Amino acid sequence: MTTEQKNDRGKLVVNDSECKGCGLCVEACPVKCIGISDQLNHFGYKTAQYEGARCTGCGICFMVCPEPGALTVWRLVTHHEVVVA
Amino acid sequence: MSSVSFPEYEVAFGRPDSYYEKYERKNELSHATHYCPGCGHGTAHKMLAEAIDGLAIKDRTVLISPVGCSVFAYYYFDVGNVQAAHGRAPAVATAMKRSHPGSIVISYQGDGDLAAIGMAEIIHAANRGESITVIFINNGIYSMTGGQVAPTTLIGMKSMTTPHGRSVENEGYPLHICELLATLEAPVYIERVGLGDNKQIAQATKAVRKAIDNQVKGLGFSIVEILSPCPTIWKMNAVDSQHWVRDVMEKTFPLGVFCDKTKEAQPHAPHPAAPALTELPKILGIEDEPELEHATKPRKIDIDLHVRVAGFGGQGVLLLGEILAQAGLDAGLHVSWLPSYGPEMRSGTSNCHVRVSSESIDSPLVTLPDVLVAMNEPSLRKFDDSVRPGGWVLYNGDEFPADCYRPDVKVLALPFTKVAHEIGDARAANMVMLGALLEIAEDLPQDAIDQALRQLVKTPKWVELDTRALLRGRELFREKCAVEV
Amino acid sequence: MTKRLMKGNEAVVRAAIMAGCRGFYGYPITPASEITESAAELMPAAGGVFLQAESEVAAINMLYGASSAGIRCMTSSSGPGISLMQEGISYMAGAELPCVIADITRGGPGLGNLGSEQSDYHQVVKGGGNGSYKTIVLAPHSAQEMADLTALAFELADKYRNPVFLLADGFIGQMMEPVEFPQIAVAPKVPDWAVAGTKESRGNLITSLHMDINELEQHLIKLQAKYAQAEREDVMSESYFADDAEIVLVGYGIMGRILKAVTVEAREMGLPVGLLRPITLFPFPKLEIARLTKKAKAFIVVEMSNGQMVEDVRLAVNGARPVEFVNRMGGNVPTHEQVMEVVNRLARELNVTRIQTTEEARLAHV
Repeated sequence: MTTEQKNDRGKLVVNDSECKGCGLCVEACPVKCIGISDQLNHFGYKTAQYEGARCTGCGICFMVCPEPGALTVWRLVTHHEVVVA
Repeated sequence: MSSVSFPEYEVAFGRPDSYYEKYERKNELSHATHYCPGCGHGTAHKMLAEAIDGLAIKDRTVLISPVGCSVFAYYYFDVGNVQAAHGRAPAVATAMKRSHPGSIVISYQGDGDLAAIGMAEIIHAANRGESITVIFINNGIYSMTGGQVAPTTLIGMKSMTTPHGRSVENEGYPLHICELLATLEAPVYIERVGLGDNKQIAQATKAVRKAIDNQVKGLGFSIVEILSPCPTIWKMNAVDSQHWVRDVMEKTFPLGVFCDKTKEAQPHAPHPAAPALTELPKILGIEDEPELEHATKPRKIDIDLHVRVAGFGGQGVLLLGEILAQAGLDAGLHVSWLPSYGPEMRSGTSNCHVRVSSESIDSPLVTLPDVLVAMNEPSLRKFDDSVRPGGWVLYNGDEFPADCYRPDVKVLALPFTKVAHEIGDARAANMVMLGALLEIAEDLPQDAIDQALRQLVKTPKWVELDTRALLRGRELFREKCAVEV
Repeated sequence: MTKRLMKGNEAVVRAAIMAGCRGFYGYPITPASEITESAAELMPAAGGVFLQAESEVAAINMLYGASSAGIRCMTSSSGPGISLMQEGISYMAGAELPCVIADITRGGPGLGNLGSEQSDYHQVVKGGGNGSYKTIVLAPHSAQEMADLTALAFELADKYRNPVFLLADGFIGQMMEPVEFPQIAVAPKVPDWAVAGTKESRGNLITSLHMDINELEQHLIKLQAKYAQAEREDVMSESYFADDAEIVLVGYGIMGRILKAVTVEAREMGLPVGLLRPITLFPFPKLEIARLTKKAKAFIVVEMSNGQMVEDVRLAVNGARPVEFVNRMGGNVPTHEQVMEVVNRLARELNVTRIQTTEEARLAHV
């Protein structure tokens, strides 16, 4: 780690209206960067919330999540990226 | 797709393309699925969607939705969709796949659907090696109907219909579908996976993809059983129910590959091309033939013959009748032939009704025969009374039973079987009797009889023997009955 | 055209293939097995699919799959098997899937026997499955009609996107008669509503499920409109000396044949008897029957059952005339004599007009 601000390898975007707040992604996240919101969404769920840092873009939360589009995982485009098949 | 964007990032995981953007078939809350929070179906659906995307088969895919919580799978998947009756998805999938072998047919079923009501359909589809993919969701309970016992419910587990827990005495043991199907020879790939933790989910994702890829390669029947959480009916939160799959359910339903012939399986041979439409009449044996010479305007025949033929099975009762009817048809007449049928064909008596008429035939039932051909005594006794006054009885026996005598009916009683034996084979007795009958139905032309014989009797040896038998029957009739006629 | 002597059951599959049928999914049962057997031989030769299913339940659901795929398809069975298929038939009617089902009726209830009955009328014509649906039912009375009505059945099934029955008694299936066939085969064509594993058909959905109550009601109204259309456009019956008849016999299938003989016999005796033979049992020829009540003094319905079609005749006659019922059951067939006895009694009681006997008419003509 350097003190210089670096981009995280990944970013997580939660779609508030789709997420039902089951918490499976919170449990699944290897780096524990997901939490549950204190607020209820429009449909009465306390949805998942990206804590804003440390996402590695591994995608495990996405595969665990039962809703098709509740989570979107972004990954930093780098020239050193190793693609794991 | 989310409307946000990050300049240096790209989407690595997002809504798969094979889901609809919006669930328009869903009447309300069409922004999200109908599944409860933490439901295993949602996770399994995502594996399916990822596999369809990954294999680029969206256009070819047909998803068969079952009855159960996943009855609405067609709300979500942007593929061809068919919703099936409870348990019948493998039968529906079978015909869908056979109708369009290039399609990718996925039967998605729960444990009530597949392991209870649809047990016959899944076993037979697997046993036939149908080239389909089955995704089997096992959550050990009937969820949609509110939590009744399933064939896969764990021993001791409470449900609405096992309020004190599933007991071996009353409900038997949890059913192991993978182990059961693995006893069959045809399936190519059988694996049980779970949704119990990250590791299990990663394996399940691979298994689902493989089961579909097998179909893309045309290899045969593949099934993946997915142990799946049902937080609502299990009355647990999503995370606890996920762990319950891993910590409890897996003990009854061990994960693993039960059959994998993916490497040695050969792709199914492509179907032979269908014949041209113009070839069909010939293939079906119904093509128009040029009019035969003898059939061109035969002399006007005035006939209305009602015949009943009866005897033991194996005496050629039905064939006698059929030759008579065929000859009538060849002579340009109206005909009908109605057999007795069923087990009586195989065990004893046999009889048929034959009508040959110059007018169109109303009833094909011969209740008042002009001629009764009785090939044995029981048949004589059964039908003797029905013969029309003035009609004939041809009886196969040395002596006509005295108590069957009717003053208003003419009789020719001869040991036809013995006669047939003398000319070459006792089995030709039916043809000797037909010969005698033809002397009564004297208007039927001999060439039509000959033609019928050639059509219906397959070997030249028998055609020759039957021809002699017919002739002998005619001679005998003339010898014995010349006066009466 | 060349006429060939064959069983009604053997004519069915040939006619079906000529009509574009390329899928047969069946389960053997006496007295319908010849249909399955001919399909096993001929369907693959014609480039179609034949499969003997594990049960009638599976067979009808295979039709659900083949029909969803847009293939003209059929099955055959008899009473006990039709009972098992009712679930799938209800689903197919609900999902608007065409198919053809040949029911070669035997004795019932339960295992009954292998004799010929007409006791499947209720379960076939009135619909044995759940829901407000109808199936179209065609009732052949000869081997030739087994072929002709099979071909028609496929047309009607597609026209209405609905299952169509061919309802024949064991006699009609087992009887051999001369049959001729058209020589031009219908080309199979996948309709645009089907799910065929293609880009074009990807947006299609086959289902009988409509969760919203108003949506289901709209769907049911649409189904009823189809049935009403069938009642306007596709009713078929054969009238045999019925127009001037004062005693009208009503029978279908083999009974239609026997009642023709009775009609001839009665007319020979100078009795104004005629026959109305329904060919479509749904839609039922009720207008034709209502029309005949103007001239007729009585109707005699003859069936090989406990009296099933007679209910539809009574509804059509609507109390205007007496409706007598003559039957035999268990595989027995009502005889000429049995029907003539009722004809003679009614002729006396209702004082019917005496018409020229056949002989008198012949002499008058000479």
